[in-house]
Amino acid sequence: MSNVAVIFRREVSGYFVTPVAYVVFAVFLVLSGYFFTMSLFATQTADMSITFGNMSVTLLFVAPVLTMKMLAEEGRQGTMELLLTSPASLTSIVVGKYLAAVFTFLVLLLVTALYPISLFWVSKPDLGPILSGYLGILLLGAACLAVGMFASSLTESQVVAGMLGFGLLLLFWVLGWASGNVTGVAGEVLGALSLLNRLDGFTRGIINGADVLYYLSFAFAFVFLTVRVVDARRWS
Amino acid sequence: MVGDDTHNLTIEVHNLTKVYVGGRPPAPGLRQKAVPDGEEPHTGRPAAAARGIYDLTFSVQKGEILGFLGPNGAGKTTTMRILTGYMPPTSGTARVAGFDIFEQPAEAKRRIGYLPEIPPLYPEMTVKAQLSFVADLKGVPRASRKAAIARVVEATNLGPVYNRLVKNLSRGYKQRVGLAQALLGDPEVLILDEPTVGLDPKQIIEIRQLIRSLGGKHTVILSSHILPEVSMVCERVAIINHGRLVGMDTPEGLARKLSHSQQLLVAIKGPQAQVEAQIASLPGMASWRPAEGEGAAQGATGAAGAGSRPAQTGPVLRYHLEAQPDVDLREPLFFQMARAGYPILEMRQVSLSLEDVFLQLTTEENTEPGDGQEGPKEGAQHV
Ligand SMILES: Nc1ncnc2c1ncn2[C@@H]1O[C@H](COP(=O)(O)OP(=O)(O)OP(=O)(O)O)[C@@H](O)[C@H]1O
Ligand SMILES: [Mg+2]
Repeated sequence: MSNVAVIFRREVSGYFVTPVAYVVFAVFLVLSGYFFTMSLFATQTADMSITFGNMSVTLLFVAPVLTMKMLAEEGRQGTMELLLTSPASLTSIVVGKYLAAVFTFLVLLLVTALYPISLFWVSKPDLGPILSGYLGILLLGAACLAVGMFASSLTESQVVAGMLGFGLLLLFWVLGWASGNVTGVAGEVLGALSLLNRLDGFTRGIINGADVLYYLSFAFAFVFLTVRVVDARRWS
Repeated sequence: MVGDDTHNLTIEVHNLTKVYVGGRPPAPGLRQKAVPDGEEPHTGRPAAAARGIYDLTFSVQKGEILGFLGPNGAGKTTTMRILTGYMPPTSGTARVAGFDIFEQPAEAKRRIGYLPEIPPLYPEMTVKAQLSFVADLKGVPRASRKAAIARVVEATNLGPVYNRLVKNLSRGYKQRVGLAQALLGDPEVLILDEPTVGLDPKQIIEIRQLIRSLGGKHTVILSSHILPEVSMVCERVAIINHGRLVGMDTPEGLARKLSHSQQLLVAIKGPQAQVEAQIASLPGMASWRPAEGEGAAQGATGAAGAGSRPAQTGPVLRYHLEAQPDVDLREPLFFQMARAGYPILEMRQVSLSLEDVFLQLTTEENTEPGDGQEGPKEGAQHV
């Protein structure tokens, strides 16, 4: 088994033997169920785009909660010493952990698929935007989880890591709002950095290659930064 | 590549130095000048703790058991963390099992079993899950994994807690799980940071035996504060103090090296004043004192066991004699007492216990050469 797979398996089982995953699942399901029902009543259309928008906000705290333990706790409880003195490379450790977080989030999304499936009972919704919307949320989630993991590499305290992750994500979020108020090049730069602006296309059924690439490279950048930070901390 | 035919060394460390951020190497003068412990030379201010390790050079033979001995903060853990690739050194090189730990870390780490100071365990996992995770991490083949785990569980007596959660284990059991995972995969080199901490006396004995039995096939480095443990388990001892290697030898060799002058324990029969006058007049005598506690009990039973008490009157007096350097007191003492008519009932040489060596080495570090594998300098007196 490759080292990434070994780390991945332990990390996933770590989510499900502790209450973390269940609590996050419960909160996310209740909230998105609420958003879903309310948008159904409000718009009277079998449309998920509003629900996706609301889900994306939930990610602001779901992502830090899922990732805050990831490296902070390894440092605090000393298991980092086990990982770093094992034959596994630092990159495979970080990537294995990251993929485990993305996988857990994917499972969470699959559970929420109950809501759109229920739509097919009562009407004939357009499947395209629902699927592309889910892809968008997954990509956005992957980017947010990378930021959360990065925050977790900076400290040995879960609380600090969670707070940092939340703060960083919120910053990337509000960059999008600011881009509307700032004109010219600055506005465009801010808009380009915004995580949220990219989601609209997906929820409307448009899968734009540039948007996919944006989220993937955003995630890649933060995974890379995490590796650098963990490595740098060994030199202190 | 692995192993060296020419000199068969498994671990080679050259000029290893690690200065922690915020730490500073000891002032150059500190090694020559005898300054009161914990004070800066010249200024007399308390020294900012010198943190890290400085210029360690040593090597370990294949199959040898080496003990690191040193007080708190000496740098034992730091050295082990560097040898296992957990942290890079500031300078210097380390080769483990034929591979440079920084140039080919994965190859070297594959051959090292490491028990850190705090056993690295996941509290929410069972012992079983923990061990199979580590087996996978070390690349133990799936086919032999079960047998490999069973072997280390047996060696460390983990059977009773095998299915328990790590977080509910006692300190000693956690330590044993840590040791078990270090042994997993049968690594060529074992680096054990205070392996017997937290164990009960019966376990301590078992684990020491286990470590001893690992020697020969495995190369072992362990650290400890417990001197009898080190002299019992290890073939060689490296004494580390303030980040420097201040002595390295066999336990016996270290003790011998340090007793620069002969120490004798004697039991003489005769009137006290006269006997003491004779002892004081002996040429080559450096110092002497009545020996109360040391060896007196043994001597008494020995004398009683000798059976028939000599008819001659007078109490049995016991003394601890220290000769001047390079003087053998035994013959002159014998003839002098024989002439005076006070029989020597018992006479034996005492060597310093490792405990004394340890105290001596680590309180005297300012006068030690401290570099390389040199023992203490000749004539480094401690009187
Ligand atoms: N991460 C760190 N950052 C800064 N200084 C450190 C760090 N780790 C250790 N030190 C310092 O380096 C010195 C050596 O520490 P080390 O842990 O190697 O000692 P030790 O011999 O293992 O002690 P002990 O017997 O208490 O385990 C100490 O002065 C310690 O304070
Ligand atoms: Mg230590």
